[in-house]
Amino acid sequence: METFLEQLPIVVGSLNVGFLQTLKLFVVTLLGSLPLGLIIALGSMTKFKPIQILTKSVVWVIRGTPLMIQLLIIYYMPGLAFNNHFWGSGEDGRFLAAAVAFIFNYACYLSEIYRGGLQGIPVGQDEAGVVLGMTKSQIFFKVKLLQMIKRIVPPVSNEIITLVKDTALARMIALQEIIWAGEAFLKGSHGIAGAIWPLFFAALYYLVFTGVLTVLLGKLEKKLDFFKI
Amino acid sequence: MLRVENVEKYFGRTKVLEDISFELKQGEVLAIIGSSGSGKTTLLRCINLLEQPTKGKIYIYDELLLDAELPKAKFDKDIRKKHLHFGLVFQNFNLFPQYTAKKNVMLAVELLAKERPDYKANKDKILKEIEEEAEQLLIKMNLQDRIDHYPHQLSGGQQQRVAIARALALHPDILCFDEPTSALDPELTGEVLKVIRDLADENMTMIIVTHEMSFARDVADRIIFMDEGRIIEEGPAKKLINNPQTDRLKDFLTRVEV
Repeated sequence: METFLEQLPIVVGSLNVGFLQTLKLFVVTLLGSLPLGLIIALGSMTKFKPIQILTKSVVWVIRGTPLMIQLLIIYYMPGLAFNNHFWGSGEDGRFLAAAVAFIFNYACYLSEIYRGGLQGIPVGQDEAGVVLGMTKSQIFFKVKLLQMIKRIVPPVSNEIITLVKDTALARMIALQEIIWAGEAFLKGSHGIAGAIWPLFFAALYYLVFTGVLTVLLGKLEKKLDFFKI
Repeated sequence: MLRVENVEKYFGRTKVLEDISFELKQGEVLAIIGSSGSGKTTLLRCINLLEQPTKGKIYIYDELLLDAELPKAKFDKDIRKKHLHFGLVFQNFNLFPQYTAKKNVMLAVELLAKERPDYKANKDKILKEIEEEAEQLLIKMNLQDRIDHYPHQLSGGQQQRVAIARALALHPDILCFDEPTSALDPELTGEVLKVIRDLADENMTMIIVTHEMSFARDVADRIIFMDEGRIIEEGPAKKLINNPQTDRLKDFLTRVEV
């Protein structure tokens, strides 16, 4: 018991540092993938065939391969194939590579949710806008966007919760997120070796974090309850 | 003021409109009747530029609005301006669910006002005028106590009256109705028909696609009866309903019971 109490502050301190990295990756991925997903969705819905085929192919490849391998390819490819150490060797470079992989991956999944949300809006909304002399972009931003957001909050919430836990994959390229920090104690970090319990503690961080997100996303859903579709 | 010349429309290989020609005078109310699938809604949608006819020309005030033979791009250039000649009230209302009744009426007018050269200088004044007019229109539609309600808080009849106010807010030359009461319970159709009747009394130029035969007879000046994509009979409203000339119209009228 005594050793546990001695070890606890060290473990928590280390997990906090890892969690900060997890949080950072989570926030950056969301900020990048939420808008990028919309652009990809519009690309896959355009009538201009080349763009449509290109975006659909990208979505197919990204959704059709494991995120873990995408991470490895994005991080190691420049060095291996072009002998260009694009990402550098520091933690910052690894973070950037992870962020790029996560943003692209999540944007592709989100784009399909956006597409469903947009296509579910009755064509009468478009037509009402057209006969009222609105431009295409006015119809999109003033009429359809909020209706789409209302439709997609539940499935996007699901993706967001999944993202929290997917960030753990970033340790494949040695990004020192929270699982990395917890695992380190198995291997003798800070003079603590063979301790598996820090990993369970890491799970608690995830649980609390997703709990907070669930409440926030529920609030957003409530907020959009002022109208019905 | 409106002239439709030899309009023809195919969906794939199916002919839905065949050689449709008619004219509409300022202040006239025209009803289009016919069974489902007779092409009356498609005709209205062609006039409102929601469908592109396969053949034919449409003029408004002697200005060429659409010529199906010429490349589409030539007409798309100022298509927004052309849309503003018409107001269209849909069968399913198509109100914007995230806006209140008043905002539904104001939205398009506000967006258009932003393009005015004096918008920046007189922004507050312009917006206030738009808001006041929207309120006036809703009051005219008997919706004075529903101005700040959202569409889902309104009955079908109230929603349709908001939709009429929304169309009127842009001061269209011709107001079109696509079966405006078909989605309503019988007890709610009366309130919608009443506001259309009031508009007719104010000499609003209107085209009404409808299933309400007695309404068409009483309110319209002229009626067009369509069947299988063609105009079968056309004439003064009362005469056409009370004294049909063709077997098809006689047949139709006995089926729908005026």
